[in-house]
Amino acid sequence: MHDVAQRHTFAEVESLYRAKPGAVSETSRLKLNIERPLRIGCGAGYSGDRIEPALELVERGRLDYLVFECLAERTIALAQQEKDRDAQAGFDPRLRERMEAVLAESRARGITIITNMGAANPHAAAACVRDVARRAGVDSLRIAVVTGDDVRPELASGAYRSSETEEPFPADSVVSANAYLGAEPIVEALQRGADVVITGRVADPSLFVAPILAAFDWSLEDWPRVGLATLAGHLLECGGQVTGGYFADPGFKDVPHLDRLGFPLAEVSPAGDVVVTKVPGSGGLVTVATCTEQLLYEVHDPAAYFTPDVVADFSRVTIEPDGADRVRVAGASGRRRPDMLKVSVGQYEGWTGEGQISYAGPGAVARARLAADVVAKRLTTMGIVASDVRYDLIGVDALHGGASVPACEPYEVRLRVAARTATEGDAWKVAREVESLYTNGPAGGGGASTVVKRVLAMESALIPRASVPWRIQYETVA
Amino acid sequence: MKLRAIAHGRTGDKGDTCNISVIAYDRRDYAHIRREVTAARVRDVFDGIVFGEVVRYELPQLGALNFVMTRALGGGVTRSLALDAHGKSLSSALMNLEISDLTVEPVA
Repeated sequence: MHDVAQRHTFAEVESLYRAKPGAVSETSRLKLNIERPLRIGCGAGYSGDRIEPALELVERGRLDYLVFECLAERTIALAQQEKDRDAQAGFDPRLRERMEAVLAESRARGITIITNMGAANPHAAAACVRDVARRAGVDSLRIAVVTGDDVRPELASGAYRSSETEEPFPADSVVSANAYLGAEPIVEALQRGADVVITGRVADPSLFVAPILAAFDWSLEDWPRVGLATLAGHLLECGGQVTGGYFADPGFKDVPHLDRLGFPLAEVSPAGDVVVTKVPGSGGLVTVATCTEQLLYEVHDPAAYFTPDVVADFSRVTIEPDGADRVRVAGASGRRRPDMLKVSVGQYEGWTGEGQISYAGPGAVARARLAADVVAKRLTTMGIVASDVRYDLIGVDALHGGASVPACEPYEVRLRVAARTATEGDAWKVAREVESLYTNGPAGGGGASTVVKRVLAMESALIPRASVPWRIQYETVA
Repeated sequence: MKLRAIAHGRTGDKGDTCNISVIAYDRRDYAHIRREVTAARVRDVFDGIVFGEVVRYELPQLGALNFVMTRALGGGVTRSLALDAHGKSLSSALMNLEISDLTVEPVA
């Protein structure tokens, strides 16, 4: 499955580490078979997340592991385009910034970092981390690079169909195809003593499942325990969403100090007890309510949460308070992992053109509606071919369309016209029709904006595990 | 009364499928919420937004329901023309749902 030739790389440089005075001891480094609760923090829940909560976790969280989850559905497809243009690009654009913030301090404290910030180019990401380490004076750093998630050539065989449309993927439109790897390669990297593990596409919870399995030497086929570890990972993977972010609702759900929201950490005991908490004194809160919302976030059937590691069962999970900003979760289980892995496939699907313009004061809504009507007629007159067009009044019905509940007329309203077109030219025509309302439309239209984007749409497919041979390459900064 | 008075929730997205949790602040209100907030009523709330089915999952030990709605996000976040392509704001529409008042139990 993996690259045996690389397996001894760490052993070869081992003597070098031992010779370094003050080097972190092997026991603290490996964190294997530990008998106290393991402490895992989440330093980022998405690519654009805040930087400093991770440093707070490093400095005050007494962590064993720090995980950065930075790959949204489309991120890797965008990164693949970057890599196609520049062989040294295609990893997370904020990797350097994040590593500059936490790498030296993590190393000094023996905290292992795990991240999917490798995106489409984990090797280039590793080079970036090596550079940060050298500049920060960090030595004896062991980096494990996990690859194999890129299955574009396999997809190009034409043997796969979209799970959504059941159509085959046209070879020329596939920008990226990445299989969701599980915890397995990360477990191996950790057991071999990696200080930093960099991956591309790995299922989000698996980034957390791996250190739990590695530290307690739990089997990858101990399904109930893998289900339990998946629960911990699922609660942590979105960072601040379990500590009071995406939660506050003044008067109903008040959250203290959202401006300095603390990111979560989990304590996982060798007996399988899981407590979600955060650094004392940080902003936000960890309560039964925040954890229950996050438990069900992006979950469909709670009894069957599919990951590459397990079919987790959250249907009997209990969530109970365990002191201030401490919540105990229990009752997760799991069944045998799926035979097939999910592949996320990025494809070009035409363009979108969008324009916006604002109206205010008495009659604002009527003028915005007239403006929408003008644009609709112009698109017809101009013969612009759009497969779909939306006319939204921001402030009235943009978010919930026909499900919006009518209220009194707002003081100001913003017309938004968005259309899907086959060509970039038509997309610009749509956007410009809105902009030209400045001089040709209803009275008092201001603040027009236009944006045109190429649509990089994601679909999924299933691929046999055996067709996804992952590899680990070990690198060192001596 | 509005559902918001006794419950909170969160939207999640996966492809073109949207899920919304509805969680009782007080687990004693769960039975009432379960009676009031049926899959059919949720389907009505999202008429014009959700074009697939609405399935309800029940987690009584958490005082929570989970609604899973297919064909709900304009083709999914990567291709939707919607301003809120993730559907993050949809839970707020559900919290606006009018439900019958809680009956006050007489004090024994």
